[in-house]
Amino acid sequence: MAHILLRHREIPDMNKLGVYQKNGGLDAFKNAVTRMKPNEVTDVVKNSGLRGRGGAGFPTGMKWSFIDNKNWPHYVVANADESEPGTFKDREIMEGNPFQFLEGLMLASYAVGANASYIYLRGEFWDIGASLDAQIAELEAEGYLGDKLFGTDYSLRLYTHLGAGAYICGEETALLESLEGKRGQPRNRPPFPPAVGLYAKPTIINNVETFTNVPLILAKGADWYKTIGTADSPGVKIFSLSGRVQKPGNYELPLGTTFRELIYTHGGGVMDDRKVKAIMPAGASSSLIMVDDEKVLDTPMDYATVRTLKADLGSASVIIIDDTVSLDWLVNKTVHFFKHESCGKCTPCREGTYWMSHLTERIHAGHGTTADVDLLLNVAKQIQGKCLCALGEFSTMAVVTSIERSRQDFDRVVKAQ
Amino acid sequence: MSLAKKYPEEVKQILSKYPPEGKRSAVMPLLFLAQREEGYITKAAMQDIAELLDITETDVGSIIGFYTLYHDKKAGRYRVQVCTDLPCALRGAEKFMDNLCGSLGIKVGETTSDGLVTLEAVMCLAACDKAPMFQTQGPDGIKYYENMTVDKTMELIATLKNGVGEVK
Repeated sequence: MAHILLRHREIPDMNKLGVYQKNGGLDAFKNAVTRMKPNEVTDVVKNSGLRGRGGAGFPTGMKWSFIDNKNWPHYVVANADESEPGTFKDREIMEGNPFQFLEGLMLASYAVGANASYIYLRGEFWDIGASLDAQIAELEAEGYLGDKLFGTDYSLRLYTHLGAGAYICGEETALLESLEGKRGQPRNRPPFPPAVGLYAKPTIINNVETFTNVPLILAKGADWYKTIGTADSPGVKIFSLSGRVQKPGNYELPLGTTFRELIYTHGGGVMDDRKVKAIMPAGASSSLIMVDDEKVLDTPMDYATVRTLKADLGSASVIIIDDTVSLDWLVNKTVHFFKHESCGKCTPCREGTYWMSHLTERIHAGHGTTADVDLLLNVAKQIQGKCLCALGEFSTMAVVTSIERSRQDFDRVVKAQ
Repeated sequence: MSLAKKYPEEVKQILSKYPPEGKRSAVMPLLFLAQREEGYITKAAMQDIAELLDITETDVGSIIGFYTLYHDKKAGRYRVQVCTDLPCALRGAEKFMDNLCGSLGIKVGETTSDGLVTLEAVMCLAACDKAPMFQTQGPDGIKYYENMTVDKTMELIATLKNGVGEVK
């Protein structure tokens, strides 16, 4: 099947405006602005069943319909903070097929009546920020952005904004704080951004991949979109495959593709022909799916079915762990990541990740005891359910599931007590 | 010289991105601008930004402290920031880092004696399929180098030393 999102893989120079236009690009935006009411755009997206691709899987059209129409102006913000270890899909979209992403953002802006929208990029995407600036300038020059578009009363401008290295800014309210020039610390919710967002105004925030789905949904219709994927999770998803596989990379596949197909058909199998020991389907914040039984590999990857394995699909950043990897090492890695990225706002996360890192360090160095493993599990469980945002929770997922599902990996390296 | 005097066009362009009530949003792009030449943010630049945006120096300092790409101390002209996070580590990033330390004769966090390179270990850079990889942070912004070997890295560092070019 031809790509829907990674179309640059078939169409050379898709990052050139002329090429994008020749392939139908921007027709959907022009048609929407000149012939459709904003809420009709939202309705099409709602009917398509598109869910947010950033990790939470919230229905996109429904989110747009929550925008508070009693409070103006409205903003739309693209979350291009892509920082989950194992995720590298938004980068490829923005490098290879940037205009489709921008058109999706423009359609969302029209749908909710925003006249200014922002793209919040992680600071490391410095070069992408510069090329998006140039592409936005081109769209302005060609009359797709600016005042009174296509002779209507609708005006729209897009701006890029670089973050500066903070995983937490992928959390939408932390992102808004950061965009407002503050430390990226999550806000209390409710109120949610569609009511109180950027500069305290109603704001819609979606992931880059989510926006990139929108132009073709508008062009080809919601019914077309629903023919792809599963009933509960329509459409395609970009699976970022990494870790111990032969061919890591981005694979755009229908939701519901099995782990086996991703790893073996597309990913070329495990490095050195080893066995898959565990899968982290949602990056470093995943629960570990243990592959003790090969049948696990036949599980379809959609939001609901992955949950039956007591894990989440999240942003579909699938990290493959083979049987050369000991989980005490892995957990030490993930805990160090979250300790580094904890924003420090709430105590269970700030202190919990700190103490977990001491324990995982000690255990991995071979100085731990079985009591340390119990204590690690205990600390992790005390973090759960007590944090303002998901980061605290995320920091515990690999810890708890590794110990509960593969305790022998820890017992092997600690002294009995 | 103040930032606004030195880079009038850039400062104006940055401020134009945000509504008047959101002027403070400009703090992050202004910090990148202030960092451009010396590779770190001076006390004077902090005062400057605070005045431009009607916020306190403490506010500016708290931003510098929070985000990893801002620096308040001088380091090498280029920071070589190697991702050693989980997905890269599963593909040999830690060994790459060890060998690179050996070739440069420095430890992680140290700067080469000629002041050219500071070696740092960083968190995920969204290039997990192209490990080992690193980014350089220097006067010309941030650049990615992927599927790297120690030899290719030493070659790159040699070209950085001559002040031009990059290896692919």
